[in-house]
Amino acid sequence: MSSQALSQHKERFELNLGPQHPATHGVLRVKLLMDGEYIVEAEPVLGYIHRMHELMGENRTWAQYLPNMGRLDYLSALSYNLGYVELVEKMAGIEVPERAEYIRVITTEMNRISSHLLWFGAFVLDLGGFTPLLYAFDDREQILDLLESVTGSRLTYCYYLFGGCYNDVEDDFLTGCLALIKRLRSRMPMYHKLVTGNVILKQRLEDVGPISAEMCRKYGATGPVLRGSGVNYDVRKNEPYSIYPELDFDVPVYSEGDSMARYMVRMDEIDQSMRIIEQAIAKIPEGPVMAEKVPKMIKPEPGDYYHAVEAARGTFGIRAVSEGKNKAYRMKLRSPTFSNLSLYQETSKGMLLADALALMGSLDLVIPEIDR
Amino acid sequence: MNKENVIQELKALAAEGMPDEPEVASAAPEAVPEGEEEAKPKKKAAPPEPRKNGLLEVDYAVKGVHVDAQVNSDQVVRAAQIADEAGMSLEAITGVDWIKDKEMEVIYDYSYTGGECFRLVVRARIPRDEPTISTISEVFPGANWHERETFDFFGINFEGHPQLEYLLLPEDCDFHPLLKDFKGC
Amino acid sequence: MDLGINVVEMVIYLVGIIAFAAGNAAYLVWVERKGAAHIQRRTGPKEVGPFGLLQPLADGAKLMSKQIIFPDGVDKPLFMIAPLLAMVPAVMIFVTIPFSETIVARDINIGLLMIFAFASVNILALLLGGWASRNKYAVISAARGVSQNVAYEIPMLVITITVVLISGSMNLKEIVATQAGPFWNWNWLPLNGNFLGPITFIMFYICSLAETNRAPFDLGEAESELIAGFHTEYASMGFGLFFMGEYANIVIGAALTTILFLGGWYSPFPDTVPYIGQAGLWWFLIKMYLLIWLVVLIRWTYPRVTLWSLLNLSWKILIPFSLLNLLASAGLVKFLA
Repeated sequence: MSSQALSQHKERFELNLGPQHPATHGVLRVKLLMDGEYIVEAEPVLGYIHRMHELMGENRTWAQYLPNMGRLDYLSALSYNLGYVELVEKMAGIEVPERAEYIRVITTEMNRISSHLLWFGAFVLDLGGFTPLLYAFDDREQILDLLESVTGSRLTYCYYLFGGCYNDVEDDFLTGCLALIKRLRSRMPMYHKLVTGNVILKQRLEDVGPISAEMCRKYGATGPVLRGSGVNYDVRKNEPYSIYPELDFDVPVYSEGDSMARYMVRMDEIDQSMRIIEQAIAKIPEGPVMAEKVPKMIKPEPGDYYHAVEAARGTFGIRAVSEGKNKAYRMKLRSPTFSNLSLYQETSKGMLLADALALMGSLDLVIPEIDR
Repeated sequence: MNKENVIQELKALAAEGMPDEPEVASAAPEAVPEGEEEAKPKKKAAPPEPRKNGLLEVDYAVKGVHVDAQVNSDQVVRAAQIADEAGMSLEAITGVDWIKDKEMEVIYDYSYTGGECFRLVVRARIPRDEPTISTISEVFPGANWHERETFDFFGINFEGHPQLEYLLLPEDCDFHPLLKDFKGC
Repeated sequence: MDLGINVVEMVIYLVGIIAFAAGNAAYLVWVERKGAAHIQRRTGPKEVGPFGLLQPLADGAKLMSKQIIFPDGVDKPLFMIAPLLAMVPAVMIFVTIPFSETIVARDINIGLLMIFAFASVNILALLLGGWASRNKYAVISAARGVSQNVAYEIPMLVITITVVLISGSMNLKEIVATQAGPFWNWNWLPLNGNFLGPITFIMFYICSLAETNRAPFDLGEAESELIAGFHTEYASMGFGLFFMGEYANIVIGAALTTILFLGGWYSPFPDTVPYIGQAGLWWFLIKMYLLIWLVVLIRWTYPRVTLWSLLNLSWKILIPFSLLNLLASAGLVKFLA
């Protein structure tokens, strides 16, 4: 933020969208240099919830680090769990039984739906529509109840272990999932009619915050931000892991690159996740949910290992440097929203404050994931 | 995107940095003794040879990347340009503190998002006493924040960076937590 | 000395108006909270009194018991005057509004002019409150609020002039008298000479929403952008006065719409229908409260518009249409006369 810019133009002033603000979804501070209603420069300031998870990765054994994954992006914690256990299974060569893989995929996709529902409610809340939040939370509560009956937690899950899952699922969980999907399928047209088709919402989102595919590539943005700019890249399709190759689903891609495109990508992803869950429930085999021989102390070969999964917000990657010991030598967590937010400074130049907040909402930020 | 092209160019780049090595493409991985290292100290095997500059095509199913290249610290910008011209995007920049070797390593992860699955890793080692490396934020603006974060944790100085300040740690901080000799503050 | 004023009557009206304004302000909060809750699938206030009916009293007691805070460096006189300017003119306007043929505090010949004169003071409250707060958010909100209010006063006045032209008088009772009869005789239909008919009614309603800073035009207090806008720094009764002033303004807007377009206290059914065909105070209140309920519904359904589309709506759509309406109605009146 150059003080020269501030002193040259007397009408400019500095505004602090402080760490405590209804629209920043967490403790994010944005230093704004404003010219009336227009933003001249917006600089995000991070670190208000920095807990140093990467150092914790070096001080804990591989198994002790499992609960940390849920605290990174608490809204889609199961994807993070999945990425980490798959990395360690890759390193140690542990095979996972098929039933466990199916359970993992079902619960991860349920978590993705609940994360997108919360994003939907909070995003429209930012724009001034107070009501869809509570409707979305109604559906989300049902998902949380189902997942609680299986994992024991409502938000920061720690359900997957190396070699499988912690608990088996009962049949009434599966029937509950199918009933939920049926109900959600009947509610989605209502959301689209009331919210997506709303004239005021369209006016606020269309052509607001355009992000080109080239910019996404330069900044490393992934997830719905990238798919909203026309690039068809989803880790579940491009670099399949778990049992995704056996499931049939589409990847929604919209090419306009504005906030409306990102909104539509996430709404369509909810539908696709429902398809995945239905197929997985139809195909789930009987069998054990834990591998038989999981070593108590995991000592992988020295070297670097990398694994990426598709979290609700983009590509979540972990790079683990191992020295052959029971703890990691270096645990690097690559969070998707970190890269997504890094393009905010460039994109928000010259925008109206209200539009800049709509753009921030459409990036779907979860600050604990950025700050780790 | 021409995968073979990228591999050839990186091989050539890595070869440039090592004028006196004849053949680099088939450099073996570190010669580490097989099996697990026990907790109690044992008769130590010979320390593993440091990895030479070069390019390895590794097993994607185990390592998670397709090509692993090591270059000199002054060649990272050229490597970033090779990745940029091939249409890849920057995923992450990691720092590692190898205190025993008195070196630090900076690891760049690139991935191709245009369709074919291709992941590239570029590494560079820098001396631990004066950790300096050039910035790639001219080539990839997204590296701006990644490099700031690496500076936060390791104190690596990225030359040419427009704003090398603390990103995640407080501005008045003067320590780098992920160094192996950091004992707390 | 006979001043032409009955002192007892005056006192009764004074107390009645203040009670009506304050009571409405307090209980409309309850209506809004319950309405919002049921739209959002929750229950709203239900602990304090049956159905939460005593909630406004509890809120009032809480607000009064809090400390009035003056942040460091505020412009104290302006800071203190701003909430008064929000509430007092609103109460004053009730003096001229006729609730039925016999219930009116002061039947002023230019009643409409007085109403708009006092309504314009509302903008000052916004401006002073935002400026004196020494808070950048408040200043931005005040700037937005002023441009919004100015932009929407114009079509409101033009439409009002059209109605005055049709009715031939600025006296509110006479305006209602020209609409005597069932609903096809009211000003919202073109039969009376109002060229654009129901469109004018809707335009006036939208303008009254924008004048009172209600959603979807609530940029002045856009909660998710500017925290609370121009009244961020106000605590206790300062905030309470702004709050009550907003609801009093909503009541005035609804009352004005009823008088100008919906035939005031006349029943929509013809005189011959027993019971419900009788004109009276209660028809005025029913129409007014239906409009207020619509205001509440609109707030909880729509997101917020941006500043530019708000100003576009006013300057590019409402003003040209209302001017067109005025000219056409003037022509019609001349032609039909």
